[in-house]
Amino acid sequence: MINFNPTEEQRQVIEMVNRFTADIIRPNARDCEENREIPDDLLAKFWELGLVANCIPEEFGGYGYERSAMTGVLMAEKMAYGDMALALAMLSPTLFAYPVLEMGTEDQKKKYLTQFCGEGFKFASLALMEPRITFDPTQIKTSAKRESNEYILKGEKSMVPYADKADLFLVIASTDQGAGVAGTQAYIIEKGAEGLTISEPEKYMGLNALPLHKVTLSNCRIPLENRLGGSAGCNYQHILNLSRIAMVAMAAGICDATKDYAVNYAKERVQFGEPIASRQAIAFMLADMAIETDAMRFLAWKAAWLADKNEDCTREAYLAKLYAGEYTSEITNNGIQVLGGHGYIREHPIELWFRNGRGIETIDGLAIV
Amino acid sequence: MIDFELPPMLKMVKDMAHSAARDAFRPISRKYDDLEHTMPEEIRPLGAMMAQSMGGGPPKKKDKDKDKAEKKPKVATEDVVGATMTAVVGAEEMAWGDCGLMLALPGQGLGNAAISAVSTPEQYERFGTKYASMAITEPGSGSDSGSISTTAALDGDEWVLNGEKIFVTDGERCEVVVVWATVDKSAGKAGIKSFVVEKDRPGITVTKLEHKLGIRASDTASIVFEDCRIPKDNILGSPEIKTKTEGFKGVMKTFDNTRPMVAAIATGCARAALEFTKETLEKEGYVFRYGLSKHNLNAVEKELLMMEAELEAMRLLTYRAAWMGDNARPNSLEASISKAKCGRMGSKITQRCVALLGPIGYSREMLVEKWMRDCKINDIYEGTQQIQQLVVARNILGFSSKELK
Repeated sequence: MINFNPTEEQRQVIEMVNRFTADIIRPNARDCEENREIPDDLLAKFWELGLVANCIPEEFGGYGYERSAMTGVLMAEKMAYGDMALALAMLSPTLFAYPVLEMGTEDQKKKYLTQFCGEGFKFASLALMEPRITFDPTQIKTSAKRESNEYILKGEKSMVPYADKADLFLVIASTDQGAGVAGTQAYIIEKGAEGLTISEPEKYMGLNALPLHKVTLSNCRIPLENRLGGSAGCNYQHILNLSRIAMVAMAAGICDATKDYAVNYAKERVQFGEPIASRQAIAFMLADMAIETDAMRFLAWKAAWLADKNEDCTREAYLAKLYAGEYTSEITNNGIQVLGGHGYIREHPIELWFRNGRGIETIDGLAIV
Repeated sequence: MIDFELPPMLKMVKDMAHSAARDAFRPISRKYDDLEHTMPEEIRPLGAMMAQSMGGGPPKKKDKDKDKAEKKPKVATEDVVGATMTAVVGAEEMAWGDCGLMLALPGQGLGNAAISAVSTPEQYERFGTKYASMAITEPGSGSDSGSISTTAALDGDEWVLNGEKIFVTDGERCEVVVVWATVDKSAGKAGIKSFVVEKDRPGITVTKLEHKLGIRASDTASIVFEDCRIPKDNILGSPEIKTKTEGFKGVMKTFDNTRPMVAAIATGCARAALEFTKETLEKEGYVFRYGLSKHNLNAVEKELLMMEAELEAMRLLTYRAAWMGDNARPNSLEASISKAKCGRMGSKITQRCVALLGPIGYSREMLVEKWMRDCKINDIYEGTQQIQQLVVARNILGFSSKELK
């Protein structure tokens, strides 16, 4: 029955994440961006919250709470409120862990999930995007060819988070180029596999705190049992949907942050003898920020709600991301505008949110809820 | 738990409203758009039926409890789906059929909402089932409804009303009018009260029917009150002038329920246009796919998909505002958010649908152009786009109406 209230447990998670965001993520965001790296101790602090192992069953060493895309959405938004790059980095282990949890074989779960329940931050990654203008997540060019007892993976991936540190990769590849999503599967590759080459971090306009690498697979051979889900395979569309929903949740976080920052600034900034927020030209931009942030949030919720009910949310996730891409750019752009010249200065975070937010439209497979 | 499932009762309301919209509204949509100002007699039975099945009913004990809850918001342990959610779900479906005809449904108007909300049992007995319209706007008083100049003066056992009201929806065909008037100009907003005036009272004259862009199936009347006498107990609520603006705030509070309604109407109308546009384009060979990168979409496909996303957002914002209202949470901000978003997007979507369909969209042989004209009103009445933005901005800034004019 219609309800906009998170559960009690979800509220506790939100509260915990909010504190972490305020104490750790936001204060370190600018330094991480400028230094192009996130110190290990920040990742460790996030790991200590136990939010990744939370939904891993106890038999694999986790806490055994219910796996919920909705909880993931609530978390992702609040973390991205602090900083999107740090949020993506801290949640990056889930890129591997959640698909295995949901769609892995029993052997795969046993072998891999336990690795995410240890003490230290577990670097693992997902290689989904590919470096070309015409990249489309429904038309993956990286190929997986079966040859007797092995799959041979071939292709180029880009924007692979922490590829240099990751022990485990989930690589998205196509067995049938013409079949789109239906012909696309996920394959588990471990660090150091032959034919796996990891390049220096790529350079992007935003998200600089998060190391993103190009990964080349040149006839990388993996055993048959390394296909996610084994002979049954996995539902790649589901991975894509969860990734889209995650981006929408983060978009809501960025826009909410922009709104709050711009609201505070506009109230304090006095020109012509009164706060600039007293002018409709400014105030109406702020109003739109509030309206669109809520819209994005609920679109993410709706899609996550369907996902949690095991219903197809392809349409909802896709439309939500389309929406979030458009409006995040608009809102963060207006955020800079409210601050005027100051918005353009790197002392204020809005220009960073503007750059990060620009990625919402393009990025797939960098987070999963 | 966050949930978007409509309870069975609401699904039934939705289905019922949809059938009525499809079978009773759509076939006569064009007829009454052309026959401006003519009462669509065909829908009278529907209005009566709806008044019975989903009508407000007299404010009884339940509403008193609700008042208490509003004063002292309890921590929500049980979340309910109530009258506002029911209204917005029904309204979206009805407006999908025809928002002009929807406004012409006897007994379903704003006047009835006001009577249901604040009448005494005795008043409800007298007016509850009457076809009621609402008269707020005046020639010199639009968005600034605190500035109205129609007066009500107590003379013995009667109120005497004087003034001119405009833009009274269904003002000609209704049986009673709920009139906003001031009992004491010097008291400002606090002096504004609402009165039920029966149409057959001497001194009440319908002077003009507006010719409008859309929603032509409903009449929009100017009404003049000249020494119009009504019984003393035709006043809705207390005649006392309370502290500064308390009374007026109460009046404004009805907007928290009606704005999500208007938002839902805009959503329904826009949905009609979007569905028709998509179906028509599909017949022409367009395929709409969910999942491709933007560079793989053509302009028409991308625009249509984006509008579908907008429509989903509109509905969710509306549900949230209504749900909060039903759960006795203050929802002025959320009501205005829904109205701001839906008002403007409804207009935009219907306009874009006309454009996407080219000559079919512009043609009066189809209904898209009508929906475009109809939908525009939703960005105007119950507070224009700009008023909603002011409400939203003041809320998030914590500014008064003096700090943000």
